[in-house]
Amino acid sequence: MLRPFLRRLRQNRSFVVGATLVLAVALAAILAPLLAPYDPLRSNFHDRLAPPGAAHWFGTDHFGRDLLSRVIYGGRVSLEIGLLVVMATGLIGTAIGALAGYFRRLDNPLMRLMDALMAFPAILLAIVVSAVLGASVANVVIALSVATAPHTARIVRGSVLVVREMEYVEAGRALGASDLRLLFGHVLINALAPLIVRLSYVFAIAILAEAVLSYIGVGPPPPTPTFGNIIAGGRDFMTTAPWVMIFPGLAIVLVVLGLNLLGDGLRDVLDPRMKL
Amino acid sequence: MRRFILRRLLSAVPVLALVSLIAFGVIWLVPGDPAAVFLDASATPEQLARIRHQLGLDQPFYLQMLAWYGRILHGDLGQSILLNRGVGPAILERLPVTLSLTGLALVFAVLLGVLAGLLAAMRHRSWADQSLMVLALLGLSVPDFWLGLVLIFVFAVGLGWFPASGYVPLSESLSGWWHSIALPAFTLAAVQVGFIARMTRSAMLEVLHQDFIRTADAKGLPWSVVVTRHGLPNALVPILTVIGIIAGGLLGGAVVVEQVFSLPGVGRLVIGAILSRDFPVIQGGLLFLALIYLLVNLAVDILYAVVDPRVRLE
Repeated sequence: MLRPFLRRLRQNRSFVVGATLVLAVALAAILAPLLAPYDPLRSNFHDRLAPPGAAHWFGTDHFGRDLLSRVIYGGRVSLEIGLLVVMATGLIGTAIGALAGYFRRLDNPLMRLMDALMAFPAILLAIVVSAVLGASVANVVIALSVATAPHTARIVRGSVLVVREMEYVEAGRALGASDLRLLFGHVLINALAPLIVRLSYVFAIAILAEAVLSYIGVGPPPPTPTFGNIIAGGRDFMTTAPWVMIFPGLAIVLVVLGLNLLGDGLRDVLDPRMKL
Repeated sequence: MRRFILRRLLSAVPVLALVSLIAFGVIWLVPGDPAAVFLDASATPEQLARIRHQLGLDQPFYLQMLAWYGRILHGDLGQSILLNRGVGPAILERLPVTLSLTGLALVFAVLLGVLAGLLAAMRHRSWADQSLMVLALLGLSVPDFWLGLVLIFVFAVGLGWFPASGYVPLSESLSGWWHSIALPAFTLAAVQVGFIARMTRSAMLEVLHQDFIRTADAKGLPWSVVVTRHGLPNALVPILTVIGIIAGGLLGGAVVVEQVFSLPGVGRLVIGAILSRDFPVIQGGLLFLALIYLLVNLAVDILYAVVDPRVRLE
């Protein structure tokens, strides 16, 4: 059943380019200790704000820390947060969406709550939750999941609503399968495609949003390098050392572009009717 | 039509009640005492008690909730601890900045996005289509705050065409206003341009495959007339949907962009309050921004019913 999908994915240019980009960045993050030429936290006051060159490919920041190393390690934190948000949002969104879509009585209260959460600008909700809970990797993950789960729940509910009316579900019910067995064994598995597509975009959104949180100052606390807080640090030296803010930004664009391409490819193959 | 609007308004009531509950409830997320978070460690017990009283924390939570609902029904969003003034007036004072920013960004986004989407759909699978879609995807992949910083670096610091920060009210000077708001609005629009372009393109492509388009083409109408007169009106509903969706994105983006360009808008007020734990401003600001979002979506739903009669008969 999976083979035709995999073949179509391999033939999809968006997917191949996106997957290659994401894999390259993920590899760099995993191999960070081997790849980073310097310790990302070690400052060197003789080498402050050094421009890009042979010793420091991306230059150094105002503490003389090697920027390339910081960007590589920053990618590690960003990808870790992105992955955790994808898992948390996947679980919460699926649970809420499945319950709302399958059990008629839960639909209205659950979806009104999701509507209410979606009325707040997602990024502001994430900033507030992260700031109020206190800046840490775990709280950033919670904040971003609160912001991305409602939309995911809505998508899952939509496909569950369609699938639960299918004849094979009715057949299962006639055979005496319980609601939970029907929901988890038959309905959800057939409602997966839109969820997978959505989660690849959630990954992209999480990386963008984590950068915003770090930039505002409510992300993982320094000295941990993240894309966002490296940019925030470079902001004040924009005129003398623009590379400090340029390179981490380019890194974000690269990762997010890769994830979006990956999502587009998955969408074309798994869920051709979905528009965006 | 009137019945449709009434039904739509009624269905918004439970969501509104939940929205205000969530906006108020952020204070319950604080681990420990919100008053202690606001003050530093050297605060005296009297100071703590005073702030606790100001926040209503000396009362049981259902009384806090009742008082909050009572106040907002009277249009009172409470008192800021830090600014020593009403939250409502503080927001209204900064509203023109945020409206200028989001309004102009919406204009940029819709104009550029619909144009790009149309062009791409008309030249489907061409070189132009592909490069426009790559650009749109790039727009979706660039972090807005970083784009703002890069634009400041190039156009304000480098070329000196625009000021790097600050805001000039429209009532003071038109060109001053334009110069202070153009870069931020463009920054804010960039993501949404990509979004609208992709949506317009796919909506148009769907319409262009319909029989009546083939008929119009076959009877000899110029292709540009077929697209703009027969195609575009039928693609309006999905495009309208996008405007409802991006309302949230624009408001959230405005919060970030105001921060980058130091614009004294509602978003900057709320971020300042978040960083200093001024809870009444956080709660009031959250509620206010969510209300705007709900209003925009209400307007979009009503526009739907105007554009497509099937919606109101549903």
